[in-house]
Amino acid sequence: MTGFGVLRGMGITLRQFIGTYRFGKWFLKLIGLDEGSGITTVAYPEVKQKHAENFRYFPFLVYDESPEDMRCVACKICEQECPPQCIHITMEKDEKGAPTKKFGRTYPAQFDIDVSICMSCRICVDVCPFDAIEMDNDYEVADYGRGPEMNFNRDKLLKSAEYFGKIKPTEHAEVEARLEPKRAKAKAAAAAAAAKAAEAAKPAEDKPADEDPSDAGSDKGDAS
Amino acid sequence: MSRITIPEESELLELNLGPQHPSTHGVFRMIATLDGETIVKLKPVLGYMHRNHEKIAEEMSYIASFPYTDRLDYLCSMSNNLGLAIAIEQLAGLEASERGEYIRVIMAELTRLVNHTAVTGFLLNDMGAFGTPLLYAFREREKILDLFEAASGSRMMCNYIRPGGVRADLPEGWLDQAKAIVKAFPKFLDEFEGLLSENEIIRQRTLNVGVLPQELAINASITGPMLRATGVDYDIRKVDNYSIYDRFKYRVPMGQVGDVYDRYYVRILEMRESVSILQQALDDINDASPYISPKGKAIAKAPRTFKPPKGETYGRIESPKGELGYHLVSDGSNKPYKYHVRAPSFINLTILEDMCLGHKVADAIVILGSVDIVLGEVDR
Repeated sequence: MTGFGVLRGMGITLRQFIGTYRFGKWFLKLIGLDEGSGITTVAYPEVKQKHAENFRYFPFLVYDESPEDMRCVACKICEQECPPQCIHITMEKDEKGAPTKKFGRTYPAQFDIDVSICMSCRICVDVCPFDAIEMDNDYEVADYGRGPEMNFNRDKLLKSAEYFGKIKPTEHAEVEARLEPKRAKAKAAAAAAAAKAAEAAKPAEDKPADEDPSDAGSDKGDAS
Repeated sequence: MSRITIPEESELLELNLGPQHPSTHGVFRMIATLDGETIVKLKPVLGYMHRNHEKIAEEMSYIASFPYTDRLDYLCSMSNNLGLAIAIEQLAGLEASERGEYIRVIMAELTRLVNHTAVTGFLLNDMGAFGTPLLYAFREREKILDLFEAASGSRMMCNYIRPGGVRADLPEGWLDQAKAIVKAFPKFLDEFEGLLSENEIIRQRTLNVGVLPQELAINASITGPMLRATGVDYDIRKVDNYSIYDRFKYRVPMGQVGDVYDRYYVRILEMRESVSILQQALDDINDASPYISPKGKAIAKAPRTFKPPKGETYGRIESPKGELGYHLVSDGSNKPYKYHVRAPSFINLTILEDMCLGHKVADAIVILGSVDIVLGEVDR
């Protein structure tokens, strides 16, 4: 019958409309109709929708105890692999050009991510052998400029492992499980080196520092 | 074209549609020559969104192209990922893990639901049904996008599928969530069809509009729902049996006339078949095997060390829009020597003029909507 299809469509929209009211939902239930999903949008700045734990938005650098104790060793793998090339790293070096070390490892003097170029693809996280870079989920990063405001430097990117554990507990647990044996190994190696140094008491300075590059090398070996 | 005869005394009008127009699905431009209100010539103009994807991909590792494929057809990033992953697997002779294959099929079929709901909503928008059907469709689409976010971390730019499997395992409870959504989906389809399929206005606007003859569709290498709407039984899932599609029972819906209504209805039926595939896959998925093969994991961890042997390959899948193919040539280094995307949107767009000739301007908009293009893929 001509016109019936249009009427049926209108009936469906009417039911959806009634279903947006609490009373309407009750009414629809009363007459035995499907109450529908009602209003599915939220008034954004006041109400925020909960996002999934995996939700990713821009990377950040992880530190363990203090911001000086960052996991990043400035190996530049993420800089190479980044598809839009938005990461820029410079390793901290002394006047002679030899890398300086803190906590037994090298570290970046400069670590910039241009978040206006970054596309949150997570490849830097996948390739990092030290679990030093992870994805954040803070999406409110709007600013008034696109130059230095969007170029996040090292200090702005550094966030604690505790924060990471708070936003992504599952992934944090995985990372900790992966890092724990390495830490134990590094600790044991450091202790052994210290003992050796105490015994020999001659080349004391170099030994504790040497243990880390070998550890880093084995990490890369695991990865590839 | 000889099908249209122009009366001698009439004066032609050139009308420019786009590139900035909501009904052109992005920055697409049509230069229509009109006789009165009838189209006698139509010239599509492309390239406003060219982003040099193929050349950029030749300058970086194989894995680094994945986030860029998300941005080809930004409605179905998962199936774009899958196409490239399958091409790379063919090139390097890799095998995907069992669970990885299942997750991929689930994601690809969910993507089909996402794409078809969106395109049907937009088609109705082009017809003048502003908002209502589109937002009903988007409401359902959003639920699936939430699933994508839970699994991959992003709603649309998923970057999830890798050669050998998928990037990360599904989070806890994901499968139950997916089962619930898939189970509720046919109810939405019934409602959506109740709203649209029998609607007299829609039937008048779409029946026998933009008819694509079967012969022309085959000759112009049209693929996907566009081709099947003309009555050709050609679905790459059935033809190639790539991934694990041979394990599922599903039918390939086909149209008879090849008009806009057939294209709309083929998509609705395809969604029903996708739901059936999803139900089978969600029931069968094996928890024991890893989500990615060890080789795939090593490639994802160190993309620059991945050097496929010399040779070339063409990997293709049935993306929601048609045949999505990746032509890769390797010279033995860690970057592809040649990288080409066979984009279904682009090739399906080539017969736009043939479909539009003799129709009114308003019909041209509807015909363009039924082709289902995404300019990110057309221009690449």
